[in-house]
Amino acid sequence: MSHRHHFRVGPVGFRVASDWAGPIADLKRLYADYPTLEGCAATATARIEAARPWRRWVRPAVHIGGDYTIPDALPLPLSQGLLAAEMAMNLQVALGWRQHLLLHASAVERDGRAIIMVGASGSGKSTLAAMLGEGDWRLLGDEFAMLGLDDEQLSPFPRLISLKNESIAAMVACVPPERLGPIITGTPKGIIRHLVPRADAIARMDERATPALLLFPTFGGEAGLRPVPPSEAFMRLTDSSTNYVALGEPGFAALTRLVRDVPAVAIGYASSDQGVAAVEALWAELEA
Amino acid sequence: MTAMAHLVAALRNPASVAALDSDQWSALISVARAEVLLGTLATRVAEQPLPPEVMALLGAARIAADQAQVQALWEAEMCARALERFAVEWTHSTTRKSRSTEKPLPLGLRFVLLKGTAYAAAGLSCAAGRQIGDLDILVSRDRLDAVEAALRDAGWEWVKDDPYDQAYYRQYMHELPPLIHSTRDRMIDVHHTILPLTARVTPDATSMLVDAVVLGNGLAILSPTDMVIHSAAHMFADGDLAGGLRNLWDMHFLLSDFASRDTGFWLALTLQAQRHGLWSAVHRAARLAHDIYGCDIPSDWVARTISHERGDAVFVARILARDDWGRETRPFIRLVFYIRSHMLRMPPFMLAKHLWTKWRAR
Repeated sequence: MSHRHHFRVGPVGFRVASDWAGPIADLKRLYADYPTLEGCAATATARIEAARPWRRWVRPAVHIGGDYTIPDALPLPLSQGLLAAEMAMNLQVALGWRQHLLLHASAVERDGRAIIMVGASGSGKSTLAAMLGEGDWRLLGDEFAMLGLDDEQLSPFPRLISLKNESIAAMVACVPPERLGPIITGTPKGIIRHLVPRADAIARMDERATPALLLFPTFGGEAGLRPVPPSEAFMRLTDSSTNYVALGEPGFAALTRLVRDVPAVAIGYASSDQGVAAVEALWAELEA
Repeated sequence: MTAMAHLVAALRNPASVAALDSDQWSALISVARAEVLLGTLATRVAEQPLPPEVMALLGAARIAADQAQVQALWEAEMCARALERFAVEWTHSTTRKSRSTEKPLPLGLRFVLLKGTAYAAAGLSCAAGRQIGDLDILVSRDRLDAVEAALRDAGWEWVKDDPYDQAYYRQYMHELPPLIHSTRDRMIDVHHTILPLTARVTPDATSMLVDAVVLGNGLAILSPTDMVIHSAAHMFADGDLAGGLRNLWDMHFLLSDFASRDTGFWLALTLQAQRHGLWSAVHRAARLAHDIYGCDIPSDWVARTISHERGDAVFVARILARDDWGRETRPFIRLVFYIRSHMLRMPPFMLAKHLWTKWRAR
């Protein structure tokens, strides 16, 4: 594996190796402003490699792997190499990380206080976070919210934002081209284009935040708000955590503290602008 | 030195990690994960000065391993309750007696814990930081149907519904097809003997049950000699050596723990291994634990013939076949061991039939 790159995103030091030059060149460009691992060990190793030795050249098939692998995952075509690398990195964190409670969520921060947005794929949590992160908010992450096990603090994990389908055009209009990855078509989730978080999100990746609001957005749903009781928030968050079961009691303690201390609201919205406006209104009410 | 060599060195001599640079640590973490030894490594080097990012990672791994043991023991408890509720009782059974002794099964014995869960339940040294996956238990073959019914009643379900797999397990294997619990999502392997029924060696499972040690609270484990023999059987008379470094680490501490408690242990182990037809597996396991981890074994066990020596070298090559990125290496040796595992498990004609059926089902 002659093509390699390493860099740090929040608490995770990644080293990534690839059988092909292309995906690593993309990573080097898009992660150019992230700190390298100079003198630090990688705590996650991701590999994208040929599914069979000859598949490096003949109809290249990219297998997603690393310290942790899903044995029967289907390989991706080389045109989706960057996506494969990102998925491989996500997989390492999802399956291997034990230093925080991981919530499959996006998160943004203002004045040291954070909104955690939890929802299934298609709920719009990524798009909302991306749009807020271009405004008065600092993006903490679009994939995982990392909750401290002892201190109820959120560690930023500002990976590339993965924009999908309709949300791509909206973001492309308002960010400079050097912050955008290649257009990746034909993925299981449609068209994907990666967005580098704004410079402040990267520069302040070691600055933690206190959770202040749990948001359960639903895109396309009826516009409106519904307070979510702690019991329901707890159940939804256990579902969206990749390491809740493995963490056992410390994970349970962290999660119960979170749902007890932080208000939770479900919102429906029909357009991204409406969603952003709803979040701002909710925040203003919370601050009042 | 390769990362695999660093891993072995770190486990043998934790102070050796002081010399590692950050790239070597990256590689060491990868191979330790691949060999499912991260928690064990974390426990071994807990007292050493470590780089901060490594200290944080290994600290979390240690806590996770402790938690995994709590969950594994809870799973054993769930199994004990399931069998108790269903009144799976074989203390009154007079039909099953050991081939060699006329002793009945110990009072109150319902099932015997095997492998990781047994090591944790008994608090053996090898359990420190050890990852535990499935729950493995051994039950008396004449109680197999009752155990199966009790577990299904308590919420365990089949993983493999395929009729060929079901029939294959029931007819030829040493265990039931794997069951998974519907809400806890944990697997249980119910063994009724030591090796597949089609294997050439047929250890005496009933005598292992008769000699089992009842721990109380419904749990029981194999006797020290049988525990070693069972571990060796699975390493060298069954599987393809996947996870060999971890299994050998278990072996190293099983041998050291038991030998330090009982001066007659090595002789008892020799006799018992011969009785079960597993002497060569046990001898090889002890030699390799000595070679790789420096396990203290008797000098006449260390001595070996030329053919032993050549064989051991191939086993070591297989066990250490991983590069600094955690990838499997030495594909030819791996393939040889894969084929060997199947040849040990079944006679050639049956193997051909089995592979043909599996291939057609792809």
